[in-house]
Amino acid sequence: MKEQLYTISVYTENNVGLLNRIATIFLKRHINIESLNVSRSEIEDVSRFNIVTYITEDQAKVVTKQIEKQIEVIKAYYHTDDETIFQETAIYKIASDLLFDQREIQNIIKDSHAEIVTVARDFFVISKTGRRQDTEDLYNQLKPYGIMQFVRSGRISVSKNKMEISELLTNI
Amino acid sequence: METATKKHSTPKTSVKMTGAEAIVKCLITEGIDTIYGYPGGAIMPVYDAMYDYKDQLKHILTRHEQGAIHAAQGYARVSGRVGACIATSGPGATNLVTGIADAQIDSTPVVCVTGQVAKHLLGTDAFQETDIISISTPVTKWNYQITKASEIPKVMAKAFYIARSGRPGPVLIDITKNAQLEEFDFEYEKCTGIRSYKPEAEVQENQLKAAAEIINQAKKPFIVFGQGVILGQAEKEFKAFIEKTGIPCASTLLGLSALPSSHPLYVGMVGMHGHYAPNKLTNECDVLIAIGMRFDDRVTGDLNTYAKQAKIVHFEIDPAEISKNVKADAPVLGNVNKSLVKILPFIKENKHESWMNEFKKLSTEEHNIVINDELTPKGNDITMGEVIKEINSVTHGEAVIVTDVGQHQMVACRYSEFNKTKSNITSGGLGTMGFSLPAAIGAKMAAPEREVISISGDGGIQMNIQELGTILQNKVGVKILILNNEFLGMVRQWQELFFDKRYAETPIMSPDFVAVAKGYGIEGRCVTDRKNLKAAIKEMIDSKEAYVLEVKVEKKGKVFPMVPAGASVSDVILK
Repeated sequence: MKEQLYTISVYTENNVGLLNRIATIFLKRHINIESLNVSRSEIEDVSRFNIVTYITEDQAKVVTKQIEKQIEVIKAYYHTDDETIFQETAIYKIASDLLFDQREIQNIIKDSHAEIVTVARDFFVISKTGRRQDTEDLYNQLKPYGIMQFVRSGRISVSKNKMEISELLTNI
Repeated sequence: METATKKHSTPKTSVKMTGAEAIVKCLITEGIDTIYGYPGGAIMPVYDAMYDYKDQLKHILTRHEQGAIHAAQGYARVSGRVGACIATSGPGATNLVTGIADAQIDSTPVVCVTGQVAKHLLGTDAFQETDIISISTPVTKWNYQITKASEIPKVMAKAFYIARSGRPGPVLIDITKNAQLEEFDFEYEKCTGIRSYKPEAEVQENQLKAAAEIINQAKKPFIVFGQGVILGQAEKEFKAFIEKTGIPCASTLLGLSALPSSHPLYVGMVGMHGHYAPNKLTNECDVLIAIGMRFDDRVTGDLNTYAKQAKIVHFEIDPAEISKNVKADAPVLGNVNKSLVKILPFIKENKHESWMNEFKKLSTEEHNIVINDELTPKGNDITMGEVIKEINSVTHGEAVIVTDVGQHQMVACRYSEFNKTKSNITSGGLGTMGFSLPAAIGAKMAAPEREVISISGDGGIQMNIQELGTILQNKVGVKILILNNEFLGMVRQWQELFFDKRYAETPIMSPDFVAVAKGYGIEGRCVTDRKNLKAAIKEMIDSKEAYVLEVKVEKKGKVFPMVPAGASVSDVILK
């Protein structure tokens, strides 16, 4: 069975220690987490984890069930990239003088549809939202000029199909 | 916490008390009459509170926290109720970890209460501070750190609900010292539900019908049952199911005693040192019906050659176990105490006599090659098997057999007769040496009317031998059988078979066990000669108090049959 990227979406109570509990499920099976994002969800007081990992479907099934087995996990799902709409955001900190000395940088920013977040005397910050390749491309284009800091968020994704989580909660 | 528990309408009364007293009240309200533990700095307020409730909550001082949790496990496994133990922070808490892991893998309901340094000291590496929440996370069903007294009632109610419901397991509640000392308005209501946790699925009729269709069409069906039958208190339902279907059934290590060993449909134990016929015929049945078991690797051997020819029907409470190791063609989710009842109307009455005869044929072969020599040996050395046979002849399958881990465990589980459920207490999944003695203490206290026999090897007994002190102090009438072969026998067996007879660190010296027992005020005897065996066992069983019987057995005995590690179950060897 082939390995591919799966996004595991987990709806949970917002409790201390749950991140640790979920992380150990991957650790125990020696599975690397490619990306992790935790935020609020569409439901009040319910958190949502997006965990991206490179595994087989059998592993995805087992891991999803093990996650769902945790007491404070309400529901967990796994999806392939085709089944989700997903994005990541990267921010890049670059020295301000480059903006004026290297005209090329302005073109790169314009062509990439990146957003200028802030401009200070010494540095400016741009952000780019998109797929991994988009933020990676921009990184590669800017790299020769020098990037002072770079950081990328975890993947955030929504499924194309409905998740029955809200009904599940109202039924309880 | 507020969002997580459902509202429940029982009359409430609020009383002002300390967190420490509240903990004691919670334990008593949840039906705990005996708690095993060891005091220390960070848990002292709770111990102080317990002092006032001695009449309602008996505290048993073990000699080590590992002894406390194994005793709580033994108590839980024999009573079917939640066991409880208590320890201080730091080493007190970490000493519980082996037992917690054991309870997790063997689905034993235990609530562990640990003290913790005061909230303002958390994270400062204070004296006896350890992050027991992180340490215990992978081996608990749930854990929680209480840092203020007002959290106690809800968290404790949740702890007991989680430990006992669904697939049971251990819960650890860590309480900072300030939370024990704070005063608050205590009111308690039992937990009846948690929105993110569904203990057991409702049995689906379509799953029952799909399973029934496969079972009804089977020519050579075979049942493997596990501890789920005991945990679900479904022994009667299980018996009705097998008797209607007429299907031969075998037990896992932890399923033993769910069905009397004398039942005509019972064909023995599966697994690495299980019986020959059920292992061999696993790969010949056309339908394998797994009931409350989890396809542990010691049961399945090589998964790639495990029952590949068979359709798999899996009755199971834990959704995560379905198709985890063995893909289920027809899963039946839910508690077996419901599913086995609900499936009956869809099941045809049947008999499988010629198929049953295949089991009998292979069993005869096993008797001829293995069992007869083990139970009635011709040599001078006493075998472990004949000791078990002598116990059977005195206890008639009525005793609780609490085993440790290793050769004696396999022999005891293979040859013990069981007439009553909850009579086989052993460390199955984790394989914890040192389990037997403390677990037997808990078992005896849970069922004082029953004969409880702890069986250990000379290795395992020395891992928690300090618990003889607990027996001394509390006058616990457990019978302690030590099968001494002067080796760590199971490892020695593997060294002989697979490591070129290089006996690295397996010869083990032991103290004079009878003298040790005597030091603890416990009567004891050592048998080296077969002619004294019967009388010694009778003397042990007849004793009203604790008794240590050491039997010097054959030094280089091996347990057979055996499915070599990684081999197929059908490649089980007889010698």
